[in-house]
Amino acid sequence: MYETTYHRPSTLAEAASLFSGASEARFLAGGQTLLPTMKQRLAAPTDLIDLSRLAELKGIEVTADAVTIGAGTTHATVATSAEVARAIPALAKLAGLVGDPAVRHLGTLGGSLANNDPAADYPAAVLGLGATVHTTKRSIAAEEYFQGLFTTALEEGEIITRVSFPIPARADYQKFRHPASRYALTAVFAAQMKDGSIRVAVTGAGSDGVFRAEAIEAALAANPTPSALDGVSIDPAGMLADIHGSAAYRANLVTVMAKRAVGGWAG
Amino acid sequence: MAKVSLTVNGKALTAEVEDRTLLVQLLRDVFGLTGTHVGCDTSQCGACVIHLDGRAVKSCTLLAAQADGAAVTTIEGLAVGDELHPVQAAFREHHGLQCGFCTPGMIMSAVDMINRLGGPLDEETIRHELEGNICRCTGYHNIVKAIEAASAQMAGLSQAAE
Amino acid sequence: MGVEGIGARVLRKEDKRFITGRGRYTDDMAPSKTAQAVFVRSPHAHARIVAIDTSRAKAAPGVIDVLTGADLAADKIGGLICGWMIHSKDGTPMKAGAHPAIARDVARHVGDQVAIVVAETKNQARDAAELVDVTYEELPAVVDLARATDPDAPQIHPEAPRNIIYEWSLGDAAATDAALARAAHLVTLDIANNRLVPNAIEPRSAIGSYDPAEEHFTLYNTSQNPHVARLVLSAFVGIAPEHKLRVVAPDVGGGFGSKIFIYPEETACLWASKRIGGRPVKWTADRSESFMVDAHGRDHLTHAQMAFDADHRIIGFKVATRANIGAYMSTFSSCVPTYLYATLLSGQYDIPAIYCEVDAIYTNTAPVDAYRGAGRPEATYLVERMMETAARELGVDPAELRRKNFIRTFPHQTPVIMAYDAGDYDATLDAALAAADYAGFGARKAEAARRGKLRGIGLSCYIEACGIAPSAAVGSLGAGVGLWESAEVRVNPVGTVEVLTGSHAHGQGHETTFAQLVNDRLGIGIDKIAIVHGDTDKVQFGMGTYGSRSGAVGMSAIVKALDKVEAKAKKIAAHLLEADESDIVIEDGKLKVAGTDREKSFLEVALAAYTGHSLPAGMEPGLKEGAFYDPTNFTFPAGTYVCEVEIDPGTGKTEIVQFVAADDFGKIINPMIVEGQVHGGIAQGIGQALLEEAVYDRESGQLMTGSYMDYAMPRADDLPSFRLMTTETICPGNPLGMKGCGEAGAIGSPPAVINAITDALGIRDIAMPATPARVWEAYRAAAPAMAAE
Repeated sequence: MYETTYHRPSTLAEAASLFSGASEARFLAGGQTLLPTMKQRLAAPTDLIDLSRLAELKGIEVTADAVTIGAGTTHATVATSAEVARAIPALAKLAGLVGDPAVRHLGTLGGSLANNDPAADYPAAVLGLGATVHTTKRSIAAEEYFQGLFTTALEEGEIITRVSFPIPARADYQKFRHPASRYALTAVFAAQMKDGSIRVAVTGAGSDGVFRAEAIEAALAANPTPSALDGVSIDPAGMLADIHGSAAYRANLVTVMAKRAVGGWAG
Repeated sequence: MAKVSLTVNGKALTAEVEDRTLLVQLLRDVFGLTGTHVGCDTSQCGACVIHLDGRAVKSCTLLAAQADGAAVTTIEGLAVGDELHPVQAAFREHHGLQCGFCTPGMIMSAVDMINRLGGPLDEETIRHELEGNICRCTGYHNIVKAIEAASAQMAGLSQAAE
Repeated sequence: MGVEGIGARVLRKEDKRFITGRGRYTDDMAPSKTAQAVFVRSPHAHARIVAIDTSRAKAAPGVIDVLTGADLAADKIGGLICGWMIHSKDGTPMKAGAHPAIARDVARHVGDQVAIVVAETKNQARDAAELVDVTYEELPAVVDLARATDPDAPQIHPEAPRNIIYEWSLGDAAATDAALARAAHLVTLDIANNRLVPNAIEPRSAIGSYDPAEEHFTLYNTSQNPHVARLVLSAFVGIAPEHKLRVVAPDVGGGFGSKIFIYPEETACLWASKRIGGRPVKWTADRSESFMVDAHGRDHLTHAQMAFDADHRIIGFKVATRANIGAYMSTFSSCVPTYLYATLLSGQYDIPAIYCEVDAIYTNTAPVDAYRGAGRPEATYLVERMMETAARELGVDPAELRRKNFIRTFPHQTPVIMAYDAGDYDATLDAALAAADYAGFGARKAEAARRGKLRGIGLSCYIEACGIAPSAAVGSLGAGVGLWESAEVRVNPVGTVEVLTGSHAHGQGHETTFAQLVNDRLGIGIDKIAIVHGDTDKVQFGMGTYGSRSGAVGMSAIVKALDKVEAKAKKIAAHLLEADESDIVIEDGKLKVAGTDREKSFLEVALAAYTGHSLPAGMEPGLKEGAFYDPTNFTFPAGTYVCEVEIDPGTGKTEIVQFVAADDFGKIINPMIVEGQVHGGIAQGIGQALLEEAVYDRESGQLMTGSYMDYAMPRADDLPSFRLMTTETICPGNPLGMKGCGEAGAIGSPPAVINAITDALGIRDIAMPATPARVWEAYRAAAPAMAAE
């Protein structure tokens, strides 16, 4: 790791001011991706601004229509939240499938979304539920937020503060793990919203990051059961391909995992 | 440089380290607590797992400065005097270790797992919960047995205490 | 069996320090004034080193020195060696290229070290390493075994034209060809044995230190064999003569072969310590470095034909293998694909004619050497995939085809050197089939099909040659060292015992099992017995631990030393008891006059030996004996593994639903420890079959699987619990009747897994690792109509 200067602001305002005063600052949330990247010397921020203790970023709030989670909330907290489990069980399930138990104790929702790894779990829920990403500057709809591999709508110095997830009628998350990294090789978040609309988001598979599987959504809109996906195939163009799976394999997994997620709606 | 104050295994310790110092480096190189190991550089092997304010974390993926003010428990602090923690005892009883290198992290993860989930734990749960700890010697068979036994014993103990 | 003696399930003595965080591994040590080393490594698979400018790095904060291959050459530090000479079939010696500890002119694989930076702290060394300015001229690289001998392939070492190190053969070509020509059935198989990274969880580490006053070096090192390291560093590399070099291998966090070898890094740390005036120089690998530079394992391509007569008896077996050696010949790389491989091609079967050709080939990849099993997994994989394929082609039950061809009379001389001394292959096959309910598989398969799963079963009847090895025999085959073992038993005046052994434990539990042996012989509690190992200043000499040799060879040396201790103790007791020496027996820690109540405790005898007050006339005081034991033969553990899998056709994911292992290890000292060894071996074998592969990019030569993000290590939820059982035929070749258990699991399991998967899918072959993606592709090809769920 290159030398860096560590800061621990006590308010968001202080964090923003530290950021603007530094030459190449990065915000440090749980650090579970940023620190390994820095250890490999693939990132060299001059300043690290630790957001992990900011009370403004904590907390889970559930209303009739939405679950709002502070960006600094750890995966473990979301996974074990009784409120989240009651409102959107698929979201609690997803949080419990991120990384491993030790990673979940530090990693946060905001950190995951700011990084936007194409194989991360949370982007699937954000896009799959049409969540809203609230920041220090504005509110961003999921569709606008994700802009490709490791790329988001966030501007310099902008901090995610919380994310509001609309409560669906039913939803499930099905993850097929990468055999080595345990990230998603392909994972699908499928939801039927309260207005009956279908949203299906895929992570791990797309060469441009998380995406909505429109063919699957269309098939499920007509018939929201697993068998509706029997004839649906996903175009391998646009899928990631690497030593762990071809584009065709990932395309297949999209359908298979989507089918299982819809199967999970019953439970 | 960052001034870091921690309570480590019940003792208040302070050190002045480079900001880039990882918690595991502070524990090993400055405090001499070499029971916490480093087996990879991608946060996956779990040899470095310690407890930070009572929760298992990977001390190779945390700056020492981030942990400032926290209570840290390492493998060296798990036994009470000569009395082994039930998980330590179970690892020996069930031959849950061979070379011993992954063992401290395994034990710290196992203690955390039992603390979080209660017991007794079944094989499937244990295997899933060990996702962040890699062992090359045991094939996990006896590690799973050890955690099964320890979780059952600790559940019994906690019932007895109530 | 005593409660602590041979055969007892004794808990490990060494555990307490490991479970309390008090283990002492190399990286835990911080001698006073230790400087930290970081290596500058080649980013290219093959490149000419045009120039190295170290000036900026030398000026960086905290930097003590930056040294290059030119400095190494100036100090006349020799290259690393391969310790086993193989001759090609035309009689020429193997064509080994130079292997400098720091590359000077050419970097030959990604990660090849080109400079060492020594600084006050590791971070400073790392920062400075980036300031070493190396000018490379990139050269074309070849990492692909199939292409490396093409006439237009890049030439890696000038000494080895077309990158061929040797073209070796074993067996009778004419007899084998004749058998193939008259075969009623000929089964042909092209098979790859995937390249693996050993991945002991403790990364390699070294602390070299030089004492200018004594002109003496000390090396703390993650080694499986500190004496061999000292020998090589002294006699070949020229660091210092043996009496001026101490090598200590303290607690070592797993080896699996990868810590046998003498590597560039420890060599450079020793040398650098002298260059900087004697401060200790420490290097500990990052895991990403381990992936690049630890010796890898396996990596074979094989074409094989097995000939059967009309009665389904094997009449001939012809094998041609290309073995990837990597960019340099590591310490024992030459013998792995030859004498540890081709000699096992008879498997458990009576095969009258076998012929094997092996070409060893350089590529621009990390060196390849012994990894758990070393050659024997490759042989077993080939033989057992062949038997399964043959059974399917012949339309007979795979278990019965094996049974029909089993060797049943011993000793049995195979056509490939090995003379099997003892075994009962029906016993392990029967035990495994019964435990796995082989007969009931059809019903389980049908039930799985109703759940949409594809179920398959696979067998593997493995044999291995362990207890490496008779010195004269291996010497005649080209080994540069003898493979005996030494031991010294020191009885203290208070009756406690220290055993000094040349074996080295890095997870095997020698501190317990070796003490069990002493307990069995002398009746002393194991808490009064210390096993001392891993330090060339303490143990006079030893050959270390690999090839499942510590029991059969290492413990046999202790037996020989104990024989001498007992003989002297009996003489002393006889003298004290005024009895005849031949009437003295040792029971429960006492030396008794047989048939009487007259006895002396072992403590009394030990004390008498050291007071010297009353010893037989002419006897030297003291009670300490040493012995060297040279085995008379290899040992031949064998067994049957049964693997049952269920495949999810939607994802291609394989779940191992049952794994049964029936092993014959001969005499077992501690069943608990033996089971642990088998568990770990099977896990590595399943890892090879389902998960693990080191992949280099064919164009760039970059390692694609350079961390746990891409190299899939078996985790707890990838594996089942295993069902183990043992049968016993006593090994006649050593005094304890032991065969060895350390490698069996890794040898026996890969073909069982792949046989099960190919059975489930109804296909002939699938490459290892059978990842979900590969299984899905294979399934889709085999059953296109059903591929979509």
